[in-house]
Amino acid sequence: MGGLECTVLIFWVSILSLSALVEIRDLNFAYDRRPVLEGINMNFPKGKLIAIMGLSGCGKTTLLRHIGGALRPTKGYVKVDGQVIHELDQDGLYRMRRKMGMLFQFGALFTDMTVFDNVAFQMREHTDLPEEIIHDLVLMKLHAVGLRSTYNLMPSELSGGMARRVALARTVALDPMLIMYDEPFAGLDPISLTVVGDLIRRLNDALGATSIVVTHDVQESLKIVDYVYFMANGVIVAEGTPEEIRASDRDFVHQFVHGEMDGPVPFHYPGGDYRQDLNL
Amino acid sequence: MPAAKTFKVIGHRTINAVWRIGMAARFFFLTLMYSGSSFRRFHLTVKELFSTGVMSLIIIIVAGLFVGMVLGLQGYETLKRYGSESALGSMVALSLVRELGPVVAALLFASRAGSAMTAEIGLMKATEQISAMEMMAVNPIARIVAPRFWAGVISMPLLAAMFSAVGVFGGYLVGVVQIGVDEGSFWSQMQAAVDFRDDILNGVMKSFVFGTAVTVIALFEGYDAPPTAEGVSGATTRTVVTSSLVILMLDFVLTAIMFRGN
Repeated sequence: MGGLECTVLIFWVSILSLSALVEIRDLNFAYDRRPVLEGINMNFPKGKLIAIMGLSGCGKTTLLRHIGGALRPTKGYVKVDGQVIHELDQDGLYRMRRKMGMLFQFGALFTDMTVFDNVAFQMREHTDLPEEIIHDLVLMKLHAVGLRSTYNLMPSELSGGMARRVALARTVALDPMLIMYDEPFAGLDPISLTVVGDLIRRLNDALGATSIVVTHDVQESLKIVDYVYFMANGVIVAEGTPEEIRASDRDFVHQFVHGEMDGPVPFHYPGGDYRQDLNL
Repeated sequence: MPAAKTFKVIGHRTINAVWRIGMAARFFFLTLMYSGSSFRRFHLTVKELFSTGVMSLIIIIVAGLFVGMVLGLQGYETLKRYGSESALGSMVALSLVRELGPVVAALLFASRAGSAMTAEIGLMKATEQISAMEMMAVNPIARIVAPRFWAGVISMPLLAAMFSAVGVFGGYLVGVVQIGVDEGSFWSQMQAAVDFRDDILNGVMKSFVFGTAVTVIALFEGYDAPPTAEGVSGATTRTVVTSSLVILMLDFVLTAIMFRGN
């Protein structure tokens, strides 16, 4: 590579980094010396909706926990809004988390509170807003997810899809700049799945936020996201726009997107010789 | 070698136990450190006072009544041999205020409120409610643990006092109403024998210490529980077993300090 090309490349990388809300560089993490993430580099530009896909146990949720500051990398860093997450003290981390929202896999609604109190929780904890304004804001958030009338129900009275939507309203209660979704489509019926997918896209655009969706629901996520990272065994194996991913001829991506049994991901868990196990 | 293996297992368990004691101590200090909001937003503590204190009232009252009635019967049978039936009131009151009130109330509190606290917090952890709270920049120790801790510490002496009061009434029912001990000597002997500082305050001190111990154990076990059904059930069992043993051990230590030579 010539000197000019190198300068242009550095220029573009710098531009990308400047506009990226989340920047991950050479991220490594291990549980008990077992590597889970190895050399991850990612950029999440402002205003974009990006999916991280991969098989169960490939490190997607671990990556999300690094962005939220729940885990500390063994090497590399995660930068959010220009700040290295693992270098923040508890106060700094909590200040940063106030600008983030996270939707957990099954909603994680507080079971001893009504729907209204769940959505109002952060407003009451982090602001001095009068109760009348909180009331109106909560109803607006619930209206945005189509569940305004459920405000006085308990989480146990909601279906799985409704609980996920209430959790979504709670996640965006303080209009975060970064929204993270951990398996938002898991266990939903087809209608709820489309509704939740549509809400994720609409909320991202309405709030001008940046969203990261960790999922293995290929079809639903390819409909709504701007960019996709594919992970396997703790490394990024492919990336691209939904069109590029659909058209990809890489074996892993093709097998994953089309849900095929044959391919680089084996059906059997790695182990010893079958004949030996049967004593033949 | 079996001996080496046994030695290894004992060593591993000892290290694990010391580690957990250290973790529990750290948890206790963090709870104290983040207790400010439990008082600034006292309604959070009041809500927990209802579920730990008020909801334990029935079991405390019923148990206190029966313990008092048994004391009345047993005490009368023993005192009769020495012709001291009139001392029944003081015997019942001293037994309850010094020992049975704080100890039995604490054991019942550990079984009823302690196990409920562990299961609740363990389930909150298993269903990611605690992680969700942390991601919302709300400290779960300040928001969930500290109000429950102070509710336990406040309600335990009140429950023990209730237990003792109802127990005295149970002793009165059996001793005076049923057996026919003189009512005047029952109450006057009790009044003369029970000292406010030596008996009542020491009893209150005991129940305060038991309340602190039981609540810390219950909250720590819940917070530390593995996020699975098996983990929560194991933590709940450990709360009841550990709390009961700690109550009895602390009771011996406190009794030795408070009543030695009296």
